[in-house]
Amino acid sequence: MNQMAIAALKNQYKSFVQSMFDEGVLDNQFSQLQDLQDSSNPNFVDEVITLFCNDAERIITEMNRYLNYQNVDFSKLDSHVHQLKGSSSSIGAHRLKLACVNLRQASYERNKEECVEAFNSIRHEYCLLRSKFQFLMQIERRIVALENNQQ
Amino acid sequence: MRAKQMLATMSHEIRSPLSGVVSMAEILSTTKLDREQKQLLDVMLSSGDLVLQLINDILDLSKVESGVMKLEATKFRPREVVKHVLQTAAASLQKILTLEGHVADDVPIDVIGDVLRIRQILTNLISNAIKFTHEGKVGVKLYLVPEPPFAKEGSQHGSDGSTANQSTTSASKTESYTSTSKTSSDQNEFHGKKNEGLCQNNSHREPGTPVTNGTTDGSEEQVELPATTVWLRCDVYDTGIGIPENALPTLFKKYMQVSADHARKYGGTGLGLAICKQLVELMGGRLTVSSRVNCGSTFTFILPYKGSTSCDSSDDPDDLSDMVDHDAMDEDETAGFFQFLPRTLGSLFSSNGSSRTQKLMPHNIGYAKSHKLDGLSENCYSFPMNNGPPKEIDSAVQISSEPGSSISHSWDPDNKSWICSEKSQAVEMKINTSGPQLPPKRQKKPDVGSLSKLNGRQQVLKNSTTSKPKILLVEDSKINVMVAQSMLKQLGHTIDVVNNGAEAVCAVQKHGYDLVLMDVCMPVMDGLQATRLIRSFEETGNWDAAAKVGIEQDSSQPGHTSPTKRIPIIAMTANALSESADECYANGMDSFVSKPVTFQNLKECLEQYLG
Repeated sequence: MNQMAIAALKNQYKSFVQSMFDEGVLDNQFSQLQDLQDSSNPNFVDEVITLFCNDAERIITEMNRYLNYQNVDFSKLDSHVHQLKGSSSSIGAHRLKLACVNLRQASYERNKEECVEAFNSIRHEYCLLRSKFQFLMQIERRIVALENNQQ
Repeated sequence: MRAKQMLATMSHEIRSPLSGVVSMAEILSTTKLDREQKQLLDVMLSSGDLVLQLINDILDLSKVESGVMKLEATKFRPREVVKHVLQTAAASLQKILTLEGHVADDVPIDVIGDVLRIRQILTNLISNAIKFTHEGKVGVKLYLVPEPPFAKEGSQHGSDGSTANQSTTSASKTESYTSTSKTSSDQNEFHGKKNEGLCQNNSHREPGTPVTNGTTDGSEEQVELPATTVWLRCDVYDTGIGIPENALPTLFKKYMQVSADHARKYGGTGLGLAICKQLVELMGGRLTVSSRVNCGSTFTFILPYKGSTSCDSSDDPDDLSDMVDHDAMDEDETAGFFQFLPRTLGSLFSSNGSSRTQKLMPHNIGYAKSHKLDGLSENCYSFPMNNGPPKEIDSAVQISSEPGSSISHSWDPDNKSWICSEKSQAVEMKINTSGPQLPPKRQKKPDVGSLSKLNGRQQVLKNSTTSKPKILLVEDSKINVMVAQSMLKQLGHTIDVVNNGAEAVCAVQKHGYDLVLMDVCMPVMDGLQATRLIRSFEETGNWDAAAKVGIEQDSSQPGHTSPTKRIPIIAMTANALSESADECYANGMDSFVSKPVTFQNLKECLEQYLG
C-alpha cells in the first residue's frame, strides 16, 4: 500500500518541479542540485533550499531598509542585490535572478523609483518561489517518512 | 502580467490533477488485473498521456503567440545538446533505426541562446522523424553558415547605420556581420574579430587567414558591437516515408496533419511543427522542409546565436593539455560525431568522458583504460559476457564516439565476447544497461531535469592514487559553498573552504594546494588581488607583497616550501563586466568557470588542471 502512495507522491513531486521549469520559476541549475542528492547526501535539496530562503529573506529585509531611507545608498543596495542574484543563480531560481538583474540596473542608474518597483518584483518572485518550495519540500518529507516507515 | 499569470496558473492547475489521474492509472497497471481490465487501463493511460501532451503544446503555443514567452540567453555547448537529445531519443527507441549526429568543426564550442527552446525544437523534429521512419536512419547535422538573406531584411545591426546595402557574402565562407559591402581587407577583419569573439581555439585552427590589421580588434566600427552573431544551421534528416508536395504548404499550420489517414495511423495533435516554427521565428530564424515521398525528409532550421566571448581553456602555450586539445580540434574528421546503432547488440558497458581516469564497468565486464592517444593506434578491448549470444539479449546499445574515432564491434562466438577495436584520439563510449524489457514505453516529452542521469555519474571512481589533490575553495556565499562542495564531493574530492581573498592567501601560505577555485567578488579582499599576491610569492619566493597589505604569515606554522610550483587558480565568475576573462588572466588566473557552477564544468576543469 505504501509502495503505491510513494510512487504517487514521487510523480506529484516530479510533475510539480516540471511545472516550475515550464513557468520559468526554475531553470536547469536546479536540476544540478537534484543530481547532487544521493544516498550519501539524502537531504541536500531540502538543505540548500532552506539555506537559500533564510539568506534571501535576510537580504530582502536589508534591501527594504535601504530603500526606505530618504537618500538611498545605492552601492550598498547593489552589493546586496549582487549577493541575492548570485545565490538565486546557484539554486536555479530563474525569475528571481532576472528580477535581481532589473534591480541592479535601476540601482546603477540611481533611480529610486525604479529601484522600488524592481524591489517589489523581487519580493513577489521570492514569495512565489518560497511557497512553491515549501509545497515541494512537504511532498518530499512525506515521501521520506513513508520510506522510513517501510524500513 | 495578468495573461502570463493565468497561463502559469492554468498550466499548473490543469496539469496537476491530470497527472494525478495518469499516475494512479500507472500504479493500477502494476497490480493484478484481468485481460479486460488491462485493456481498459491501456486506453486510460494513452488518453491521459495524449491530453497532457496536448495541454503542454497548447500552452507553449499560446505563450509564444501572446508574446509572453521570454527567451533566455544562456551559454551552452551545441555538441552536448545534440548528443543529449539523440541519446534520449535512442533510449526510448522502439524501432531498428540508426540515430546519428554530425557537428561541424567550425561550430563554436559555446554559444549563447535559449537552450531549452532549442532542445525542445530539436526533440520535436527528431521524434517526428523517428515517428515517420520505419527503417534506415534519423540524423542531425549542425554547421555554421553565413548570415542568411532573410536576416538582412530586418537587420538592425549595421554599426555604422548602413543596413540598406544588401550585398551578401554568401559566396565566401567568412561571416559578414553587417550588411554593408566591405573590401576584402575588411572581411578579414570581420573574420579576425569573430575569431576573437569565439573560443580561442578557433583562431588556432585557421592559421591561413591573415588579419590585415595586425591586431585582432577589428575595425573601430566593431568596437561598438557587444558580441558576434553566428548563424548555425541544423538539418534533421530521415529516410522515412516522406511528405507529398501538396502537403508541404500546410505542414506548419496548426492542427494540420498530412492527411486524415496520417492522423489516424500516426496519431499526434498536429501542433508540434507549428510550435517549432513559431519558436524558431521568435528567435529570429527560419524553419524549412524538403522531402521526397518514400525517400525521406529534411527539416532545416537556421538560428542566430550570440558567440560566447568566454572560453574555458587558457591560451597558455606552455600548458601541455591545451596543446592536446588543439590537436584534437585540428583533426580533419568531424569533431563531434555521434552515432547510435540499432538495438541489435547485447553487451552493455558504460563509460564517462574522462580520458585519464579508469572506470569500472557493471555486469562483470572487464574494461581496459581508454587513452587519449597521441596518434592513431588501435586498441582492442574484449568484453566477456555472461549473457550468451546476442539474440537472447534485449537491451540497447548506444555508442557515441568523440573526435576522430571509429569503432567496430564484432561478436566473437568462440569466446562469447564482444571485441571492440577502436582507432581513436579520444573515445567516449556510452552504452546503457536496461534490464528485462519494460512494458512498451509511452513516448513522453523529455523532462528538463532528466537528461543528466545518462552520464552515469555513479560510475566515476574515486582517484585511487595515494596522494589526493588538495583543493582550496574561496567563496563568500554560503549557498555557493554548499553547492560547490557537494559537486566536488561527488567528484571524489574533499576540499578546504575559505570565505575571502585574505583568508585564501593565509591558507596558501600554510599549505600547498594543487588547485584553487577562486570567487572573484568577495568582501575584505577580492579574488583578483588574492591571486596577484599568490603569484607574487611564486615569482619572488617571499610574501612581502602580502605583508604590505596586512597579511602576516602565521609564524607558528612553517610555510610550505616550493615557491616555484605554480598553483592553478581558477576564477569563478558571474560574467559581469568587472569579472571579464581578460582581467582574470591579467591578474594571474589560469582559467575560469562561469557561475552558476555546474557539475560538468567543474569536472572538466579539474580534469584539465589536476589530470
